[in-house]
Amino acid sequence: MDVAIVGIGIHPFGRTPARSGLQQGAYAARLALQDASIQWSDIQFAFGGSASAGSADALVNELGLTGIPFINVANGCATGGSSLISAFNAIKSGEYDIGMVSGFDKHERGAFNADPKELGIGQWYGEVGMMMTTQFFAMKIQKYMHDYGISTDTLAKVSEKAFINGSKNPNAWRREPITVEEITNSMMVSNPLTKFMFCSPSEGGVALVLCRADHAGKYTKTPVYLKAAAMKSRRFGSFEVFAPSQALEQVDGPTVDASKAAFEMAGVGPEDMSVMQLQDTEVGAEIMHMAENGFCEHGEQEALIQSGATHISGSLPINTDGGCLANGEPIGASGLRQVYENALQLRGQAGDHQVPGDPKLAYTHVYGAPGISAVTILQK
Amino acid sequence: MSNQVPIAEGLFTWPAAKPALLGSRCNQCGIVAFPVASSCMACSGQDVTAEELPGRGTLWTWTVQQFMPKAPYNTNETAETFTPYGVGYVELPGGVRVEGRLTENDPQKLRIGMDMDVVFEPLRTEDSGEEVISFFFKPVE
Repeated sequence: MDVAIVGIGIHPFGRTPARSGLQQGAYAARLALQDASIQWSDIQFAFGGSASAGSADALVNELGLTGIPFINVANGCATGGSSLISAFNAIKSGEYDIGMVSGFDKHERGAFNADPKELGIGQWYGEVGMMMTTQFFAMKIQKYMHDYGISTDTLAKVSEKAFINGSKNPNAWRREPITVEEITNSMMVSNPLTKFMFCSPSEGGVALVLCRADHAGKYTKTPVYLKAAAMKSRRFGSFEVFAPSQALEQVDGPTVDASKAAFEMAGVGPEDMSVMQLQDTEVGAEIMHMAENGFCEHGEQEALIQSGATHISGSLPINTDGGCLANGEPIGASGLRQVYENALQLRGQAGDHQVPGDPKLAYTHVYGAPGISAVTILQK
Repeated sequence: MSNQVPIAEGLFTWPAAKPALLGSRCNQCGIVAFPVASSCMACSGQDVTAEELPGRGTLWTWTVQQFMPKAPYNTNETAETFTPYGVGYVELPGGVRVEGRLTENDPQKLRIGMDMDVVFEPLRTEDSGEEVISFFFKPVE
């Protein structure tokens, strides 16, 4: 049983003091229902996630108490991807015909504050000041720059591109381009990464209506098909966030594993993708994820990014809606934002951030603590 | 002399004439973990033995934390007195890569591949006057 996405809705990302996270989720859900021309009462099941804005299943208080199973999902930055995979499998199994995936969040300002005990690490790890995702990202790109010759200028160019794309996306948070010079000279957060090279926690909501592919025509003239959805966690030997130690021998991380599984499931390869959304918690992540997802060899990013290949008009358009860098990261909603963007791109409705040339296949990738990754492939 | 206590029991030998980080080696596959774990992440084996880790290794990667983290960060610093600190992974020969704070915070003086020694120094002083000792990696002079 193939699965189609027939309704999409988004609440603008950024800061919306007037609405709670839950209300932003409900806003997105109503738009997705409207997009599929259905009522909430038509939805047979839902999966959803929110890290800081209450339980996702509280959405029924906003949308109506219809008795459906609504399952809460919590997988860090990969929450949206995990919700989507759960819904994908629920429909593929034949158990349900139509359902919703929801993600929303509303975080306080400033860096995320993780609790060592929740991850099975001693309190000492936080007390000495190592319970910081930002340090992991900085150390991973530091090593990568050393091994593969990536320059600081290339780091800044990833942010520059993100803010250019954000300026073209009415739902983005950061809508003003920022120069490479400003990015490089902004406050150093964790060497080599500066403030404007990191995304920030933010707010927003996304909802998607999924159904059996053979029913898609009932709801929309522009279905997009979920050809693959794969999620993996870390294997022994991969370099991950919140690791007091790591193995001397490294293996591929969960991104590589999830990517391979998704391409195999869809029967296509990286060269077939017209547009991709890759987890860009910070600029180093986007650079490394280009290679980890198979879009280039390690080290080729330097020339690709310097040549502008990753811009909307380039040969490898990445994070066309501005990514996490320009949208911020509401944890529950972030992965679904990528899928929303790809659905827009495949429908040809992305406006100023539309990639040229009638895209047929689109790719999303999320990565989250403590070492998980989820990938989807969408086809028109 | 003030009383000194380790930041966590079992993380390193303390007090000791020559303190050392404590890891655990899996008796089934030989993989070393830090801190001591009750089972092996590589092979799921539960037959592990604690052992002292080497005191010198090489810097595998690093960063410098430039702003003061929120709790559970726990030192005597305030926003005004906070000093940026280095963090890195140090590859200990024959064992494991251990993440730790560095005694050096100048990016110009940190370089992947440099030799590092593990040292044990006070992280903070409690109201009771007790000094809390943690481990740090220090560039070899």
